[in-house]
Amino acid sequence: MSDVITITINGQSVECQPGELLIDAAERTGTYIPRFCYHPRMKPVGMCRMCLVDVDTGRGPGLQPSCMLTVSPGMTVDTESERTQRAQEGILELLLVNHPLDCPVCDKGGECPLQDQTVAYGPGESRFIEEKRHYEKPIPISDLVYLDRERCILCDRCTRFASDVAGDPLIHFIDRGNETQVNTFPDEPFSSYFSGNTVQICPVGALTAEPYRFKARPWDLAEVESTSTVDTTGARVVVQSSRDAVVRVLGVDSDAVNWSWLSDKDRFAYESGTSEDRLVDPLVRNEAGEFGIARWTDASSFAAEALSIDPSRIGVIGGARLPIEGQFAWRRLLDAAGIANVDAQLNDGLDADVVQGLPRATIAEAAAPGGVVVLLSADPKEELPTLYLRLRHAAVEDGASIIEITPRSTGLSRYATASLHPLPGSVAEVATALADSNTGADVGGVAAASLAKAAELLSSGRPVTIVLGRPNLAEDASFVTAAASALARMVPDAKFLPALRRGNVHGAIELGLTPTSGLETEEMLQACANDEIETLVLLGSDPLSDFPNRALVDAAFDHVENVIAIDTFLNPSSSRADVVLPAAGFGEVDGSFLNLERRLSPLRAKVTAPGQARADWMIAAELGATLGHDLGFGTLDELRSELSNSVASFAGIDWANLDAAGDGPILPALEGAGVALSDIGSASTVAVPPRDGYGLRLVVDRKLWDLGTMVQQSASLAHLAAPAELSLSTHDFESLGVDDGASVTIESEATSASLVVRHDSGLPRGAARVPYQLPGFDAGRLLSGDHAVIDVRVSAG
Amino acid sequence: MPRLNANNEMLAREIIARYPVRKSALIPLLHLAQEQDGYVAEDAMAHIAELVEVTPAEVLGTCSFYEMFKLHPVGHYVINVCGTLSCQLLGADELIHHAEDRLGIKVGATTEDGRFTLEKAECQAACTEAPCLQVNYRHEYRVTTDDFDAMIDRLNNADQKDPAAIPPHGTLSTVRQQIPSGRAVGAVAPELVTGPPVWMPTESAEES
Repeated sequence: MSDVITITINGQSVECQPGELLIDAAERTGTYIPRFCYHPRMKPVGMCRMCLVDVDTGRGPGLQPSCMLTVSPGMTVDTESERTQRAQEGILELLLVNHPLDCPVCDKGGECPLQDQTVAYGPGESRFIEEKRHYEKPIPISDLVYLDRERCILCDRCTRFASDVAGDPLIHFIDRGNETQVNTFPDEPFSSYFSGNTVQICPVGALTAEPYRFKARPWDLAEVESTSTVDTTGARVVVQSSRDAVVRVLGVDSDAVNWSWLSDKDRFAYESGTSEDRLVDPLVRNEAGEFGIARWTDASSFAAEALSIDPSRIGVIGGARLPIEGQFAWRRLLDAAGIANVDAQLNDGLDADVVQGLPRATIAEAAAPGGVVVLLSADPKEELPTLYLRLRHAAVEDGASIIEITPRSTGLSRYATASLHPLPGSVAEVATALADSNTGADVGGVAAASLAKAAELLSSGRPVTIVLGRPNLAEDASFVTAAASALARMVPDAKFLPALRRGNVHGAIELGLTPTSGLETEEMLQACANDEIETLVLLGSDPLSDFPNRALVDAAFDHVENVIAIDTFLNPSSSRADVVLPAAGFGEVDGSFLNLERRLSPLRAKVTAPGQARADWMIAAELGATLGHDLGFGTLDELRSELSNSVASFAGIDWANLDAAGDGPILPALEGAGVALSDIGSASTVAVPPRDGYGLRLVVDRKLWDLGTMVQQSASLAHLAAPAELSLSTHDFESLGVDDGASVTIESEATSASLVVRHDSGLPRGAARVPYQLPGFDAGRLLSGDHAVIDVRVSAG
Repeated sequence: MPRLNANNEMLAREIIARYPVRKSALIPLLHLAQEQDGYVAEDAMAHIAELVEVTPAEVLGTCSFYEMFKLHPVGHYVINVCGTLSCQLLGADELIHHAEDRLGIKVGATTEDGRFTLEKAECQAACTEAPCLQVNYRHEYRVTTDDFDAMIDRLNNADQKDPAAIPPHGTLSTVRQQIPSGRAVGAVAPELVTGPPVWMPTESAEES
């Protein structure tokens, strides 16, 4: 059989792939067939019948839904026949029977597929005079999404998305026949991290997003394509603005990255850009110790003065918030000033050299059919939600197998072939046992059977991708890198996706905002506390709320003499600074972004930065000029060509057309960059202390909705951060002998606190978990001290 | 609004074990919940969702699709009067009006004492016996208004201990089937099935 199928659409001969849907084949060759329920990223259901076309497969022409029909040789299709047109008019007339036609007050009006296709394919006039179906006007189905059931045409897109794409079937068709409606279970909201996608794919105005409701009309919007900087996946987005304010962010269907899906954080965190706490003016602390608004020249000379000291007494923390261009400008400034102490990570990620030395996978390779994905990271659903969707799709639809080697169950556990949950400190031991095929006995709290299953998958010869991150803040990073090294020894062809925190951290690492010859963040803070660092520069970082070891960071801020903060917000750290320089944020400057695949994609300016806020690269250039250094560029174009000329991986980049080819180029890995995993060794460099009989090993991980600045400054998201709770394994919970939800005492070497306890069947026996940065309890207090792992005691009362 | 009681929860786990996929037990468990309370309570749906490992929204979606699962409390007896063509021609409308008068309620409502719920139903497949109705899904044929009154009197005076009496709404059977574990076929997961279905004639059977 030939690989190409030839069919005829409206008299034109068209070549198609076997298995291609007729609706796709027609669209690809220039014939648009109207549709409501069909979505190219979801399986077809044939609900709406709008795509009926005249199809003849040799038995005479007849109406067939083109979204449910794969092409077959010799098929003759007429999308404009009288029969097709009568069908389209009929379907639209029926769809409009219960549709309220409140287009003038509907947010969707102007960009509504139902409105547009009624004009293009509808009967032109309504015969319907009867009373329509009535429901209570919009009801909130979650904190972010409103549902107007009167407008709904029951296309099944949102419900299919919830169950098939997100795996959170919290909305469903309820009742039957004329009474059918989409709804949630009473008091069980659609609290999916992906709920905003249903709004984007709704073909009518039934689903609306709370942050955008009544904010703008589609014809008032201007838009640019950009990249989400919320996490390191770099989901492609469209940024839409009205009256010089960002009012909406939509997902772009990037085949390589996010398939048009976004997490609600990607989608709604733009709200933080117009938050009241946004920094708009340079601030300088006066004699009385209070912030006063300053001119840029005064603020930068104030900052320059604090930087005109012995460069070894200066530390720079941060840089992951900045676009590539800002990072390069800062790299130049630090070189010119001879400052070596710089770290874009806050000791909550992986060693920059290890990251640079990883053989990198693309998301498409990781999610390829038939692959094996190893999670040696935190829960991707919490930390990299758009990557989670791709991995979930790979496991559910494409026969990929998932092995999780994580401290507790993750959002992917339901789809995982093998779930290994080693106790904190044991992950390297478990990985070594896998590599050495020592799967006869339990290791580190992992059952022999699970080990054997994982080992079998890893040695099956299927392509292996390892998602490598920092699964537990209460565990030294060396354990997980040693585990990765063991797995790389076992599967030499394995590729990696690093799962680090903070948007453009890969750009920062690529441009050397890393402690190569200087101190890392923890050492800098220690040096501050020891009065060895005099000036601390916060490059968009907030160590006071973000650095895991709370006691150390408090001591550092108490001792350090000068703090210069370059930030978009007055956060706990920048509000303790001596000079604050306001930076322009997302949607306000042109730039570029490097994601976890090393894919370079554009960040574009759509709105004006507020007040006196400036692009980060301009701030660096200004400080450079004040300090008497010429950084070698005066415009963004000059900066970019300088970057292409001086950093080999950026050579030959076509900056003006980064996304011309669709997805942005993958930067080549440089020869000899970073440290190879094989040079690290699979034995952890840190010894694991023995666990006493009463202690529980602490797991501190992150949730999507937390007290981070981006979430807290977005009005619609801030309250989604749920209070911190302690969870225990079934065994430990039962031996504690209290009720689920009771208040218990948790004690570490550093602190003790009272927390609500929950039973968590996904946690291994002997572990206790408290999520990081949540309201009610600061888990950072448990992380004080320099420990390989942290043991806590939990007692009733 | 109750969850499944301890006995029924045990029974639910037994029912779940009969299927290779937990979700397959959803409808049997909805019947169980309706048998327990006479209707499917919201908490019972949440409980079933936990037991079969789906979301409560999926349980509600399935439950609300079926007319015979009641989402709100109904009377001890649910009376469905057929209103489809044959019955209508032979006096169903009059019968329904009479029933409304006699019970003092409108179609769709329940009497204050909680004994009767009156519903209008579509064809009950007894057109030769029109007009017909059902009491807790048990047929009454060729019902006149007098027959209806007599039936109500009979139901009001029924001895609930009488095994022949009509059991309360939701009751699936008065005798519970017991399969000793040794004799149960058990659930075979679809991916573990190797041979053809047992009902398919094999070659050797055809030869003999």
